[in-house]
Amino acid sequence: MSIDWHAFTPYASLAGGVLIGLAAASFVLLNGRIAGISGILGGLLRPAAGDVAWRAAFVLGLVAAPLAYALFAAVPAPRISAGWMSLVAAGLLVGIGTRYGSGCTSGHGVCGLSRLSPRSLVATLAFMAAGFATVFILRIATSL
Amino acid sequence: MPVVTALLAGLLFGVGLIVSGMADPSKVLGFLDLAGAWDPSLAFVMVGAIAVGLVAFAIAGKRTLSFIGQDMKLPSARHVDIRLVGGSLLFGIGWGIAGFCPGPALVALGMGQAKAVVFVVAMLLGMGIFELAERATRHPARKD
Repeated sequence: MSIDWHAFTPYASLAGGVLIGLAAASFVLLNGRIAGISGILGGLLRPAAGDVAWRAAFVLGLVAAPLAYALFAAVPAPRISAGWMSLVAAGLLVGIGTRYGSGCTSGHGVCGLSRLSPRSLVATLAFMAAGFATVFILRIATSL
Repeated sequence: MPVVTALLAGLLFGVGLIVSGMADPSKVLGFLDLAGAWDPSLAFVMVGAIAVGLVAFAIAGKRTLSFIGQDMKLPSARHVDIRLVGGSLLFGIGWGIAGFCPGPALVALGMGQAKAVVFVVAMLLGMGIFELAERATRHPARKD
Protein backbone atom coordinates (compact mmCIF):
# COMPACT_ATOMS: atom_id res chain seq x y z
CA MET A 1 0.00 0.00 0.00
CA SER A 2 1.15 3.53 -0.79
CA ILE A 3 -0.75 6.70 -0.03
CA ASP A 4 -1.83 8.93 -2.89
CA TRP A 5 -0.94 12.25 -1.25
CA HIS A 6 -1.98 14.29 -4.31
CA ALA A 7 -5.54 13.00 -4.15
CA PHE A 8 -5.72 13.16 -0.32
CA THR A 9 -8.26 15.79 0.86
CA PRO A 10 -8.62 15.32 4.63
CA TYR A 11 -10.11 18.74 5.41
CA ALA A 12 -12.68 18.83 2.62
CA SER A 13 -13.66 15.24 3.33
CA LEU A 14 -13.96 15.89 7.07
CA ALA A 15 -16.03 19.04 6.40
CA GLY A 16 -18.25 17.17 3.93
CA GLY A 17 -18.63 14.40 6.49
CA VAL A 18 -19.78 16.92 9.11
CA LEU A 19 -22.40 18.25 6.65
CA ILE A 20 -23.58 14.69 6.00
CA GLY A 21 -23.73 14.14 9.77
CA LEU A 22 -25.74 17.34 10.22
CA ALA A 23 -28.16 16.22 7.50
CA ALA A 24 -28.61 12.82 9.17
CA ALA A 25 -28.93 14.56 12.57
CA SER A 26 -31.61 16.99 11.39
CA PHE A 27 -33.47 14.16 9.69
CA VAL A 28 -33.64 11.98 12.78
CA LEU A 29 -34.35 14.87 15.17
CA LEU A 30 -37.03 16.48 12.96
CA ASN A 31 -38.47 13.66 10.85
CA GLY A 32 -37.75 10.92 13.37
CA ARG A 33 -36.20 8.70 10.74
CA ILE A 34 -32.92 7.22 9.57
CA ALA A 35 -31.40 9.09 6.60
CA GLY A 36 -30.83 5.85 4.72
CA ILE A 37 -30.90 6.65 1.04
CA SER A 38 -31.49 3.15 -0.35
CA GLY A 39 -34.38 2.65 2.07
CA ILE A 40 -35.92 6.04 1.34
CA LEU A 41 -35.66 5.48 -2.42
CA GLY A 42 -36.69 1.82 -2.31
CA GLY A 43 -39.74 2.70 -0.20
CA LEU A 44 -41.07 4.69 -3.14
CA LEU A 45 -41.45 1.40 -5.00
CA ARG A 46 -43.78 0.20 -2.22
CA PRO A 47 -46.02 3.26 -2.03
CA ALA A 48 -48.22 3.64 1.05
CA ALA A 49 -50.57 6.47 2.01
CA GLY A 50 -48.75 9.36 3.71
CA ASP A 51 -45.40 7.75 3.03
CA VAL A 52 -44.58 9.05 -0.44
CA ALA A 53 -44.21 12.84 -0.16
CA TRP A 54 -41.37 12.97 2.39
CA ARG A 55 -39.45 10.25 0.54
CA ALA A 56 -39.82 12.06 -2.78
CA ALA A 57 -38.81 15.34 -1.10
CA PHE A 58 -35.61 13.84 0.35
CA VAL A 59 -34.66 12.31 -3.00
CA LEU A 60 -35.44 15.59 -4.76
CA GLY A 61 -33.16 17.36 -2.27
CA LEU A 62 -30.29 15.02 -3.15
CA VAL A 63 -30.81 15.46 -6.88
CA ALA A 64 -31.05 19.25 -6.47
CA ALA A 65 -27.91 19.44 -4.30
CA PRO A 66 -25.61 20.32 -7.23
CA LEU A 67 -27.83 23.35 -7.93
CA ALA A 68 -27.53 24.50 -4.32
CA TYR A 69 -23.78 23.91 -4.36
CA ALA A 70 -23.46 25.91 -7.60
CA LEU A 71 -24.71 29.00 -5.77
CA PHE A 72 -21.43 29.05 -3.82
CA ALA A 73 -18.83 27.39 -6.04
CA ALA A 74 -18.33 25.58 -9.32
CA VAL A 75 -19.57 22.00 -9.02
CA PRO A 76 -16.70 19.54 -9.49
CA ALA A 77 -17.53 17.13 -12.32
CA PRO A 78 -17.70 13.50 -11.20
CA ARG A 79 -15.16 11.23 -12.93
CA ILE A 80 -17.03 8.07 -13.92
CA SER A 81 -14.58 5.58 -15.40
CA ALA A 82 -16.89 2.55 -15.52
CA GLY A 83 -18.22 1.54 -18.94
CA TRP A 84 -21.91 1.31 -19.77
CA MET A 85 -22.29 -2.43 -19.15
CA SER A 86 -20.36 -2.15 -15.89
CA LEU A 87 -22.68 0.65 -14.79
CA VAL A 88 -25.73 -1.50 -15.49
CA ALA A 89 -24.27 -4.47 -13.58
CA ALA A 90 -23.15 -2.23 -10.71
CA GLY A 91 -26.53 -0.50 -10.52
CA LEU A 92 -28.41 -3.81 -10.39
CA LEU A 93 -26.10 -5.16 -7.67
CA VAL A 94 -26.37 -1.96 -5.62
CA GLY A 95 -30.17 -1.91 -5.99
CA ILE A 96 -30.73 -5.56 -5.05
CA GLY A 97 -27.97 -5.68 -2.44
CA THR A 98 -28.95 -2.57 -0.50
CA ARG A 99 -32.58 -3.70 -0.26
CA TYR A 100 -31.75 -7.23 0.93
CA GLY A 101 -29.09 -5.79 3.22
CA SER A 102 -31.56 -3.16 4.54
CA GLY A 103 -29.22 -0.25 3.91
CA CYS A 104 -26.23 1.32 2.25
CA THR A 105 -23.38 3.66 3.10
CA SER A 106 -25.77 6.22 4.60
CA GLY A 107 -28.21 4.03 6.52
CA HIS A 108 -25.71 1.50 7.86
CA GLY A 109 -22.40 3.35 7.46
CA VAL A 110 -23.35 6.77 8.83
CA CYS A 111 -26.60 6.37 10.79
CA GLY A 112 -26.21 2.77 11.93
CA LEU A 113 -22.66 3.18 13.20
CA SER A 114 -23.74 6.42 14.92
CA ARG A 115 -26.46 4.42 16.67
CA LEU A 116 -23.88 1.77 17.63
CA SER A 117 -26.03 -0.85 15.89
CA PRO A 118 -24.31 -4.27 15.70
CA ARG A 119 -26.31 -5.10 12.55
CA SER A 120 -25.04 -1.98 10.82
CA LEU A 121 -21.47 -2.71 11.91
CA VAL A 122 -21.70 -6.18 10.31
CA ALA A 123 -23.30 -4.73 7.15
CA THR A 124 -20.69 -1.97 6.89
CA LEU A 125 -17.79 -4.40 7.33
CA ALA A 126 -19.37 -6.66 4.68
CA PHE A 127 -19.87 -3.99 2.00
CA MET A 128 -16.50 -2.38 2.70
CA ALA A 129 -14.73 -5.75 2.45
CA ALA A 130 -16.62 -6.57 -0.77
CA GLY A 131 -15.76 -3.14 -2.18
CA PHE A 132 -12.05 -3.51 -1.39
CA ALA A 133 -12.01 -7.07 -2.78
CA THR A 134 -13.85 -6.07 -5.97
CA VAL A 135 -11.47 -3.20 -6.75
CA PHE A 136 -8.51 -5.50 -6.03
CA ILE A 137 -9.82 -8.24 -8.33
CA LEU A 138 -10.70 -5.78 -11.11
CA ARG A 139 -7.20 -4.27 -10.77
CA ILE A 140 -5.63 -7.70 -11.38
CA ALA A 141 -8.11 -8.61 -14.13
CA THR A 142 -7.51 -5.41 -16.07
CA SER A 143 -3.72 -5.59 -15.74
CA LEU A 144 -3.45 -9.10 -17.23
CA MET B 1 -43.62 20.40 7.56
CA PRO B 2 -41.95 16.93 7.45
CA VAL B 3 -41.85 17.26 3.66
CA VAL B 4 -39.96 20.56 3.90
CA THR B 5 -37.50 19.22 6.47
CA ALA B 6 -36.98 16.09 4.33
CA LEU B 7 -36.20 18.26 1.30
CA LEU B 8 -33.71 20.35 3.28
CA ALA B 9 -32.08 17.27 4.81
CA GLY B 10 -31.69 15.73 1.35
CA LEU B 11 -30.25 18.96 0.03
CA LEU B 12 -27.74 19.25 2.89
CA PHE B 13 -26.84 15.57 2.59
CA GLY B 14 -26.17 16.00 -1.13
CA VAL B 15 -24.05 19.12 -0.62
CA GLY B 16 -22.06 17.18 1.98
CA LEU B 17 -21.49 14.39 -0.53
CA ILE B 18 -20.15 16.90 -3.08
CA VAL B 19 -17.92 18.71 -0.54
CA SER B 20 -16.54 15.45 0.82
CA GLY B 21 -15.61 14.03 -2.59
CA MET B 22 -17.98 11.07 -2.29
CA ALA B 23 -19.99 12.26 -5.28
CA ASP B 24 -16.92 11.52 -7.45
CA PRO B 25 -16.71 7.78 -8.27
CA SER B 26 -12.98 8.01 -9.08
CA LYS B 27 -12.29 9.28 -5.57
CA VAL B 28 -14.40 6.49 -4.08
CA LEU B 29 -12.49 3.89 -6.12
CA GLY B 30 -9.23 5.51 -4.98
CA PHE B 31 -10.36 4.86 -1.41
CA LEU B 32 -11.32 1.26 -2.18
CA ASP B 33 -8.00 0.62 -3.97
CA LEU B 34 -5.96 -0.47 -0.97
CA ALA B 35 -3.35 -2.23 -3.10
CA GLY B 36 -2.76 0.75 -5.38
CA ALA B 37 -2.17 4.44 -4.67
CA TRP B 38 -4.56 4.62 -1.72
CA ASP B 39 -6.56 7.80 -1.04
CA PRO B 40 -7.68 7.59 2.62
CA SER B 41 -9.84 10.76 2.37
CA LEU B 42 -13.17 8.98 2.62
CA ALA B 43 -12.32 7.60 6.05
CA PHE B 44 -12.42 11.24 7.13
CA VAL B 45 -15.95 11.55 5.74
CA MET B 46 -17.04 8.74 8.04
CA VAL B 47 -15.25 10.29 11.02
CA GLY B 48 -16.91 13.69 10.46
CA ALA B 49 -20.36 12.24 9.87
CA ILE B 50 -20.28 9.80 12.78
CA ALA B 51 -18.92 12.42 15.22
CA VAL B 52 -22.07 14.48 14.61
CA GLY B 53 -24.30 11.42 14.29
CA LEU B 54 -23.29 9.98 17.68
CA VAL B 55 -24.60 13.09 19.45
CA ALA B 56 -27.78 13.30 17.36
CA PHE B 57 -28.72 9.64 17.74
CA ALA B 58 -28.01 9.72 21.48
CA ILE B 59 -30.56 12.54 21.75
CA ALA B 60 -32.99 10.83 19.34
CA GLY B 61 -32.82 7.55 21.25
CA LYS B 62 -34.28 9.19 24.35
CA ARG B 63 -37.30 10.66 22.56
CA THR B 64 -40.63 9.23 21.47
CA LEU B 65 -41.51 12.23 19.29
CA SER B 66 -39.24 14.31 17.10
CA PHE B 67 -38.77 18.04 17.65
CA ILE B 68 -41.59 18.73 15.17
CA GLY B 69 -43.88 16.08 16.67
CA GLN B 70 -43.20 13.17 14.30
CA ASP B 71 -43.13 9.60 15.61
CA MET B 72 -39.59 8.34 16.08
CA LYS B 73 -39.19 5.46 13.64
CA LEU B 74 -35.83 3.96 14.42
CA PRO B 75 -35.05 0.38 13.35
CA SER B 76 -35.48 -2.22 16.08
CA ALA B 77 -34.07 -5.27 14.27
CA ARG B 78 -31.03 -6.76 15.99
CA HIS B 79 -30.46 -10.07 14.25
CA VAL B 80 -27.64 -10.71 11.82
CA ASP B 81 -28.75 -13.02 9.04
CA ILE B 82 -27.91 -14.12 5.51
CA ARG B 83 -30.05 -11.35 3.98
CA LEU B 84 -28.10 -8.67 5.82
CA VAL B 85 -24.65 -10.09 5.04
CA GLY B 86 -25.40 -11.41 1.55
CA GLY B 87 -27.17 -8.21 0.52
CA SER B 88 -24.35 -6.06 1.86
CA LEU B 89 -21.76 -8.16 0.01
CA LEU B 90 -23.68 -7.75 -3.28
CA PHE B 91 -23.93 -4.03 -2.62
CA GLY B 92 -20.18 -3.84 -1.97
CA ILE B 93 -19.39 -5.62 -5.23
CA GLY B 94 -21.55 -3.15 -7.15
CA TRP B 95 -19.96 -0.25 -5.24
CA GLY B 96 -16.49 -1.53 -6.17
CA ILE B 97 -17.36 -1.89 -9.85
CA ALA B 98 -18.56 1.66 -10.49
CA GLY B 99 -17.67 3.67 -7.37
CA PHE B 100 -21.31 4.69 -6.91
CA CYS B 101 -23.47 4.07 -3.86
CA PRO B 102 -27.10 5.29 -3.89
CA GLY B 103 -26.67 8.84 -2.54
CA PRO B 104 -23.78 9.96 -4.76
CA ALA B 105 -25.51 8.39 -7.79
CA LEU B 106 -28.58 10.59 -7.18
CA VAL B 107 -26.36 13.65 -6.75
CA ALA B 108 -24.49 12.85 -10.01
CA LEU B 109 -27.90 12.43 -11.65
CA GLY B 110 -28.61 16.02 -10.64
CA MET B 111 -25.38 17.06 -12.36
CA GLY B 112 -26.88 15.76 -15.59
CA GLN B 113 -24.38 12.93 -16.01
CA ALA B 114 -25.63 10.39 -18.58
CA LYS B 115 -23.68 7.59 -16.88
CA ALA B 116 -25.38 8.41 -13.58
CA VAL B 117 -28.77 8.12 -15.31
CA VAL B 118 -27.88 4.61 -16.50
CA PHE B 119 -26.64 3.62 -13.03
CA VAL B 120 -29.74 4.99 -11.27
CA VAL B 121 -32.13 3.29 -13.71
CA ALA B 122 -30.32 -0.03 -13.18
CA MET B 123 -30.35 0.53 -9.40
CA LEU B 124 -34.12 1.20 -9.44
CA LEU B 125 -34.54 -1.95 -11.55
CA GLY B 126 -32.59 -3.89 -8.91
CA MET B 127 -34.80 -2.45 -6.16
CA GLY B 128 -37.85 -3.38 -8.25
CA ILE B 129 -36.59 -6.96 -8.60
CA PHE B 130 -36.30 -7.09 -4.79
CA GLU B 131 -39.88 -5.82 -4.40
CA LEU B 132 -41.24 -8.42 -6.83
CA ALA B 133 -39.29 -11.21 -5.12
CA GLU B 134 -40.58 -10.06 -1.73
CA ARG B 135 -44.17 -10.05 -2.93
CA ALA B 136 -43.79 -13.48 -4.50
CA THR B 137 -42.37 -15.05 -1.33
CA ARG B 138 -44.60 -13.28 1.18
CA HIS B 139 -47.88 -13.75 -0.65
CA PRO B 140 -47.48 -16.88 -2.77
CA ALA B 141 -51.24 -17.31 -3.11
CA ARG B 142 -52.04 -13.71 -4.03
CA LYS B 143 -52.67 -13.15 -7.72
CA ASP B 144 -51.78 -9.50 -8.29
